[in-house]
Amino acid sequence: MITRRHLLGSAGAGVALAVSGQKIAHAAGAELTPGVPEGVGTVATMEALPGKKPLIKLSYRPPNYESPLEYFRTPITPNDQFFVRYHLADIPQVNADTYKIKVGGDGASTPLELTLDDLKKMPATEVVAVNQCSGNRRGLSNPHVVGVEWGYGAMGCARWKGARLKDVLEKAGLKKEAIEVAFDGADGPVVDKTPDFIKSIPAWKAIEETTLIAYEMNGQPLPHLNGFPARIVVPGWTGTYWMKHVIAINALTKPQGGFWMNPAYRIPVGKFPVRDRFISQENAASTPITEMVVNSLITSHRDGAKINAGKVTVSGMAWDGGYGISSVQVSTDGGKTWTVATLGQDLGRFAFRPWSFEFAAKKGKNTVMVNATNKLGQSQTSELIFNPAGYHNNVMQRITLNA
Amino acid sequence: MRIFTFAVVAALIALPAAAQEKPVQLKKAPGLDKVEANCQACHSLDYIPMNSPFPNAALWDAEITKMIKAYGAPIDDADAKAIADYLKKNYGS
Repeated sequence: MITRRHLLGSAGAGVALAVSGQKIAHAAGAELTPGVPEGVGTVATMEALPGKKPLIKLSYRPPNYESPLEYFRTPITPNDQFFVRYHLADIPQVNADTYKIKVGGDGASTPLELTLDDLKKMPATEVVAVNQCSGNRRGLSNPHVVGVEWGYGAMGCARWKGARLKDVLEKAGLKKEAIEVAFDGADGPVVDKTPDFIKSIPAWKAIEETTLIAYEMNGQPLPHLNGFPARIVVPGWTGTYWMKHVIAINALTKPQGGFWMNPAYRIPVGKFPVRDRFISQENAASTPITEMVVNSLITSHRDGAKINAGKVTVSGMAWDGGYGISSVQVSTDGGKTWTVATLGQDLGRFAFRPWSFEFAAKKGKNTVMVNATNKLGQSQTSELIFNPAGYHNNVMQRITLNA
Repeated sequence: MRIFTFAVVAALIALPAAAQEKPVQLKKAPGLDKVEANCQACHSLDYIPMNSPFPNAALWDAEITKMIKAYGAPIDDADAKAIADYLKKNYGS
């Protein structure tokens, strides 16, 4: 187990990393989530992409940047604080004036092309929804698994506005034989042989009222690195389906193939308490990741923070796959007893739900644990459910506060 | 000269993500030249230390195989072996 102290020792919290002949970047040390692989501390830096506040840079190319803990103190994550995640490094600047989405596939009888203006002329829907990378918290897997070693910050919650995918599919003559709807984005691989990032969702999910082709995020056009000019929004489901810079939508009567559907983004069958299934992609051993599992995060304090003895308020966010949070419970005695926290503003069942909890901190070490429960009665796990890709980590968080 | 500078600046503005990229210095050891020549065509080198030091030899072999077979990286056998040796020795467990 890698301790926080070990991490700080290897990275040098707050120390500038000198890179020869280049501007100095600040090591992300203190911003890193305790428990990520030791090597993360040697390369993670705090860097501001164009139009963004500093994020924790894990990889430059393709760009993978997570949000530090402080950016999760409001239920809406501002666009300039929102994480960035790409699989492939060829990321064009898309020109909104010439941008088009091709809608078709063998499951659509009247293929069509949509411009951004066409999209905006359709009835608009707004939804506040958490966009969380499937691999969020992968870096906390025990044992560690390879991949982008995310801590807590590969997620954000925004108000998305766009056209319903359902309306677009209806225009394109969605056939009843269609079983999946597949998406492709303008970004692509550097080498031709690298599989392009193409993802599908079940037709039933595609025609839900809240599945959108979004062109606004928190009242603004989408930032370039969050999918300008339009991206797919699949509330409740992990970010892998939220195709950025979407340029093709295909209704399919057969399952979408390709690396990114299988073997990528799969979970072992039967290991996780998820209700939504993606049956056309399932096999005996594995199934695509679908809805997010119920989860929570303490955002008011970091592990090891100094506090004053006496009244202390801890707070944070809770979220799930769209059933809605019913309660958040906090324990200050190592999990022996639990007390219900106060829930904050309800921005809808797909949104971050703020919570807060006041307790009397004693001199010395105070442990704080948090556990969220959703309206299906599902709550977080106390032991990691290990899986090879490090998905669905909703182990109850436990921090120590020192008074 | 002035025009040249302007062109460079314009190019950087056109590639905001790429313009952020700073060199990632890996451990200087035999095989580093092969890592630099092959791996960074598709991804920045920070992926390597980020995924360390936990991978054992089998895991690094599996990663290189994945890069070649699944992602289509054009790496010849000799380079693949040099890269594997370098990663196991410098970024392995």
